[in-house]
Amino acid sequence: MKTLTFSGRCAKEIIREPLNLFFGLGFPVVLLLLLSAIQSNVPVNLFRIERLAPGITVFGLSFMTLFSATLIAKDRESSLMQRLYTTPLKATDFILGYMLPIIPIATAQSVVCYTVSVFLGLPVTVNIIKSVLLLIPVSVLYISLGLLFGSILNSKQAGGICGALLTNLSAWLSGIWFDIELAGETFKKIADLLPFVHAVELQRAVINGTFGKSTTHLYYVVGYTIVITLLAVLMFLRQMKKQ
Amino acid sequence: MVAIKTVNLTKKYKDTVAVDKLNLQIEQGTLFALLGVNGAGKTTTVKMLSCLTKPTSGDAFVDTYSIKDRAADVKQIIGVLPQETAVAPKLSVKENLEFMCGIYGFSKDYRKAKTIELAEQFGLQNILNKKAGKLSGGMQRRLSIAMALISEPSILFLDEPTLGLDVIARSELWDTIRALKGKVTIILTTHYMKEAETLSDSVGIMRDGKLLITGTVQEIIKKTNANSFEDAFIAVVKEGEK
Repeated sequence: MKTLTFSGRCAKEIIREPLNLFFGLGFPVVLLLLLSAIQSNVPVNLFRIERLAPGITVFGLSFMTLFSATLIAKDRESSLMQRLYTTPLKATDFILGYMLPIIPIATAQSVVCYTVSVFLGLPVTVNIIKSVLLLIPVSVLYISLGLLFGSILNSKQAGGICGALLTNLSAWLSGIWFDIELAGETFKKIADLLPFVHAVELQRAVINGTFGKSTTHLYYVVGYTIVITLLAVLMFLRQMKKQ
Repeated sequence: MVAIKTVNLTKKYKDTVAVDKLNLQIEQGTLFALLGVNGAGKTTTVKMLSCLTKPTSGDAFVDTYSIKDRAADVKQIIGVLPQETAVAPKLSVKENLEFMCGIYGFSKDYRKAKTIELAEQFGLQNILNKKAGKLSGGMQRRLSIAMALISEPSILFLDEPTLGLDVIARSELWDTIRALKGKVTIILTTHYMKEAETLSDSVGIMRDGKLLITGTVQEIIKKTNANSFEDAFIAVVKEGEK
């Protein structure tokens, strides 16, 4: 009950920020439309809707890190947090309260991306539903990254690092915009070590119906999600103790 | 009956002693003003008593509950108004009040009734749907106090509640605090001597983490042979320097 109350408040704080709505829902849709328009004029294999839609959907989730990190960092800087620490709310209420409301926001964003993609030519199959379901661990990964950064950075730093650096890094190292093999062996090795490319490839495999051959990508995503979530919880508890 | 009792309450940060063996007793239903210059240890004391920070040594009992061992029980009976306004800016006045009700686990019906009651008590009825972040400083502070009172705390901590408010807003807030006296035990920290004089039943003056004197305003003036409470405060603090 207390967790739901706190998560309801967090959801309102996120949804009522117009910039969040633009970046969360508008920006990925604009990218889908723009790149599809380029694809229709200059056909590029990478921007075929079957490859583009999963990539943009995963890229859109990187904004969930920005949402959660800035909300947590702003809360930490405000007296509201100090007040809430003197109430019966427990650490689990705070952690779940921050994480839970962003999952439906992330899911809604994915649904919007795939719906627009259908209008752009993505075949309507059950794979879309599977794909949206498999985006949940990816969403948790990005939300946990937000919890982690929000626990250690101030709101300005969180905005800069999550809004600029992380979104760019996760875009470059995910093979959405260009084939990472073209950037050289070292670049590919780094990308393969990180979860972003695996999240995109996992989505592409699900949409194309070849999920069975892509379990390695799933292991990477789930592994990173568990490690980052644990680290984020530890860092959140550490800052809570410090306050 | 004693509402708060501290026993050698101490807080150290590395080499700095923020609060040094504080022994204090506050009677139920009274307003106790904790005064001192910057860095005297007032806010750290409030933070320890409201379970925001753990004491390095010693203990305090809030309505018989130890702040060290029974923090969860303490949190159920206290309300805290932090130094700065503590409201959720993107939530409306009504949502802020309901949010606090939810945190204390109130039922939906009780939540509604309590929101209406506090909105009326604090003159917030006409701005219930306005976003808290859009309110004036005085109104935000009023909402902030209403939020602190929503759980019907028996002990209320007000950390410099009128800091940054204009004369009118300050006077209105004093009226609100006066109305609470007798029903709730209030611990107020302030830099304004007039505020302590006007509102408090008893006063404690701190310096460098130590409690230098306690008593009523009149008792302290008499003890220091001063002409005013401000002079008495200066005399006590300067004496503490020696």
